[in-house]
Amino acid sequence: MSMSTQEIADLAREIRLQILHTIKGAGMGHIGGDFSVTDILATLFGAVLRVDPKDPNKADRDRLILSKGHAAVALYSTLAVRGFFPVEDLKTFARPLSNLNGHPNRNKVPGVESNTGPLGHGFPIAVGTAIGAQLEKNGSRSFVIMGDGELQEGSNWEAAMFAGHRKLTNLIAVIDRNGLQQGSPTSKTNELDPLDKKFESFGWEVVVADGHDYVALLKAFTDPQTKPRVVIAQTTKGKGVDFMEGKAEWHHKVPSAEQYAEALAQLGKL
Amino acid sequence: MSEKLEEFDNRIIFAKTLIALANENQKIVVVCNDSVGSSNLGEFRDLFPDRLIDVGIAEQNMVGVAAGLANAGFTPFVCAAAPFLTGRALEQIKADVVYTRTNVKLCGMSPGISYGELGPTHHSIEDIAWMRALDSLPIVLPADEAQTEGAVRWAANTEGPVFMRIGRFKVPSVSQGQSPAFIPNKAMRIVDGSDIAIIATGTVVSRAIAAAGQLKADGISARVINLSTVSPLDTAEILAAAKETKAIITAEESVTRGGVGGAIAEFVVQNHPTPMKLMGIDSFAPTGSASYLLEHFGLTADAIAAAARELLKNGR
Repeated sequence: MSMSTQEIADLAREIRLQILHTIKGAGMGHIGGDFSVTDILATLFGAVLRVDPKDPNKADRDRLILSKGHAAVALYSTLAVRGFFPVEDLKTFARPLSNLNGHPNRNKVPGVESNTGPLGHGFPIAVGTAIGAQLEKNGSRSFVIMGDGELQEGSNWEAAMFAGHRKLTNLIAVIDRNGLQQGSPTSKTNELDPLDKKFESFGWEVVVADGHDYVALLKAFTDPQTKPRVVIAQTTKGKGVDFMEGKAEWHHKVPSAEQYAEALAQLGKL
Repeated sequence: MSEKLEEFDNRIIFAKTLIALANENQKIVVVCNDSVGSSNLGEFRDLFPDRLIDVGIAEQNMVGVAAGLANAGFTPFVCAAAPFLTGRALEQIKADVVYTRTNVKLCGMSPGISYGELGPTHHSIEDIAWMRALDSLPIVLPADEAQTEGAVRWAANTEGPVFMRIGRFKVPSVSQGQSPAFIPNKAMRIVDGSDIAIIATGTVVSRAIAAAGQLKADGISARVINLSTVSPLDTAEILAAAKETKAIITAEESVTRGGVGGAIAEFVVQNHPTPMKLMGIDSFAPTGSASYLLEHFGLTADAIAAAARELLKNGR
């Protein structure tokens, strides 16, 4: 299952195209945050996670919990491209009675681990799956992906403190550090830095990586651990389409016909 | 009732049952919030140190960790004082446990006004209303030792989320002679009667039985129903009470707005409208012991009997 970095790059491009089609087709979606997390998802599902699309509930699988549930389309596109369900199903996103809700549902979508959406929920759950794997001694690793703005929720720090206390070496928290929350930069809303020192003081090892660099991400996700690890992935909201990059307005916005054509051209055709 | 019945703290049998189940089933774990003492889990911790996960004073994390443990294949019993479990972690209960349908058993310890003098911050009178609003969450309110044991065993062997209240306020046995003492989804008719039905839960059940005794002396035939499961509601038993008696009293150690009384009234008004009186704790309590507060809010045999006479006389 392990992919080369070129294969991960191809996977990421395919995921971005599916995200673009899906959001354009549905007329809704959080495209900026989807694009910022895409390379992280592509690296995890392409070369890191021990998961089987044909047996998505295997007991000793690795867990990936997308705590920033509003990036559902990025997760759906990744799961579909990786074979958890047909790519064709992406066309139903957000339609009446679709399995593909605006936020993911474990009971309807293979590969989804928890029904996320309200922020600050995924981290404690990943701490629970990591403790469970340690009790089972089955080698399962747990990953949770959070937005950076999400770290303003106090529940995350309860989880961080406890994971540090338990020295969970099978847990990796990934922060999609694009610096923007819904309305404005995180630094103007409620400053998170120094994020590395905060996690260090909670008993974590900290890796700061370019969240669009597959080599750096692969290393961050696979190097041996002596503590729980946080990967502060420096990302760009809207990554891959120049007029969306770094723009808070693309948090939740649908491209016009012209913008869609331009984005397609930039991402390359399937 | 003149003779004093022996009374039991349900937390004792709760912990014993959990230990017995943990011996049988390696997947049973406990998650708690610095509540080993108040949940009576010391022996469990001694026997299964790895299987008691104490997150410290952090209820959101506690419920999230439990959801994760369930995802990893375990059956977590979350044991925490009911007000903090249901109030502080309500969104985790909604999203991570009930909506995701994880196999988490939420055990609200020391519910109602059992913390007495500690006051309304530590009382859990809203929990039933909050939990009832959640889609398809079983809500179990064992009334005595035997029901507590039965309910915990049932929860451990049933896939999916459950909320149950485990009382610290000592209560006598009310289910003697009933076997099994706890039947899931069923209300237990403890005393039969045809003039009025008193539907009670938890600590109040023994008081309802005593009230029926007083009413009998007045020539009033009162039926007493122990509603040990509030969700799903045993609608057949409620409908029978509405049809076969002239009035219904509900009595609970919680708010009636959305509580047990609310649940029964919602059903009765749509299916067989009947005069009703809802007895419970509808305001923040003043200072007082748990015993004092039950009396203050009219959850005594005398007050229930008086309400029954009034309801039969005036229809309200």
